[in-house]
Amino acid sequence: MGRISRGFRGRRSSEADASRLPPGQYRVDPDFPVLSAGPTPHTPLEQWTFSIVGEVAEPKTWSWEEFRALPSEEIRTDIHCVTKWSKLDTMWEGVAIDTLLDGVEHVATHVLAFSDGDYTANVPLEDLVDGKAWVAFAFDGQPLEDEHGGPARLLVPHLYFWKSAKWVRGLRMMDHEEPGFWESYGYHIYGDPWREQRYWGD
Amino acid sequence: MARAAVLGRLNWTLGEVTELIDETPRVRSIVLDVANWPGHRAGQHVDVRLTAEDGYQAQRSYSIASAPEDSRLAITVELLPDGEVSSYLFGELRRGDQLELRGPIGGYFVWEASKGGPLLLVGGGSGIVPLMSMLRHREAAGGSVGARLVYSSRSLDDVIYRDELQELSAGSNGPEVFHTLTRSQPPGWTGYARRVDGAMLSETAWPASSSATAFMCGPTPFVESVATALVLLGYPATSVKTERFGPTGG
Amino acid sequence: MEGGETRTDGNAIAGVLQEVFVREVTTSRIACAGCGNVEPIGAEHAYTQAPGIVLRCRNCDTVLLVVTQAPGRNVLAFPRSRWIEIATD
Repeated sequence: MGRISRGFRGRRSSEADASRLPPGQYRVDPDFPVLSAGPTPHTPLEQWTFSIVGEVAEPKTWSWEEFRALPSEEIRTDIHCVTKWSKLDTMWEGVAIDTLLDGVEHVATHVLAFSDGDYTANVPLEDLVDGKAWVAFAFDGQPLEDEHGGPARLLVPHLYFWKSAKWVRGLRMMDHEEPGFWESYGYHIYGDPWREQRYWGD
Repeated sequence: MARAAVLGRLNWTLGEVTELIDETPRVRSIVLDVANWPGHRAGQHVDVRLTAEDGYQAQRSYSIASAPEDSRLAITVELLPDGEVSSYLFGELRRGDQLELRGPIGGYFVWEASKGGPLLLVGGGSGIVPLMSMLRHREAAGGSVGARLVYSSRSLDDVIYRDELQELSAGSNGPEVFHTLTRSQPPGWTGYARRVDGAMLSETAWPASSSATAFMCGPTPFVESVATALVLLGYPATSVKTERFGPTGG
Repeated sequence: MEGGETRTDGNAIAGVLQEVFVREVTTSRIACAGCGNVEPIGAEHAYTQAPGIVLRCRNCDTVLLVVTQAPGRNVLAFPRSRWIEIATD
């Protein structure tokens, strides 16, 4: 550890809500840090599609209008970034993965979410269903901003937030686990914040 | 000395704050006494790391403002809105405090007088800092290399090192300094009053045939538009060196 | 970090790369496997506001290098770079 800098506290919220913060996390509210591995994509809505591909009987695709016509819901949840910041009680609106997978015949056990800009994140199928995940298109009552993943991002709040792939364009259904971007380069394959699974070998 | 700066592990060390200089209302220079400082080259930077009592850390990079010939190491820091580190360096840091840092770092965005010139320096806001290290080094080395600086600031009050640049440019071997003030100008201002663009550079930059090396530093959009403009003026891409400040400063 | 572009360049990651290579590498040239472009690392695009550091080809945005840091180790990945040329001075 470095030498303590006299008088330095950093920009963390002083309120300690220990029971709601996973180990090693701190709150940054009201900030919402923008983290990105590349340039912000700007796919026009007329060209945007969301697809379910891979180990499925028949791939399925929605246009933006079709996607927005699906039933959606409001989600109030905490989010935890592997870089140690957390935000509590964030408000989203999105389409449940359960809704998107409704009627899709598949033999998948794992999913690789893919995004504009070649970003991917892997999640076991059981962590996306039964009300655990959404494709979110609004944050705090407003359309999701580009820099935060708009027009739509994956939202899987019970895992570290790198799994909630920004600019998501679809899910590849797989019968085996395959690491996504950060998982391939040092980050944990599963990423449970409550077991502090940040890196390989944690 | 150049070898020591290139090879080897970077180690964190401590610098004692010996002086704080307010350059503008939002820009401050911090002079440091670092034991066993190996020396640096103009254009290099240091990483500064702050650690809170509970172990929380924040780290930022700051360009070295002082010349390699200066006996004192100085960095220049801009106070950014909501800047976690810059607000500490402005609001809390005092003379006598220890600041943890490592460096010098960098090899791409450096200039040594022995490399010759002429030199074109284009800076936006606090992007002037590494360029100032180059100008101070040039001065200490005798000032025989031709140098032109194009420096973009919001207003006259925001010009960092204003008096020193005036003194340098007044010298017989001094650099030519072109200021542009983009947001407000004082009464009677006859200098440029807009963002740096191709037309301004065609009037101020060394011609492409002069084999000048160009260094530009500042926010990413600024650096990229200047680099593009210079290439369009005929500068070979390999003669155009860029350093972009991202949102990491703060 | 409210808004704005998160992109800087290889100069901003000189310190991290020196941790990994144990020498300065921003003047070292790197070849992109996507478009073949060759540049000094210092000139390429770097994204540092992320769980790791990503170096992308400034010509075609292909990911050249990724560095992630955990206590006790760094991982350096070469997703789509062909080579790096390092001086032996």
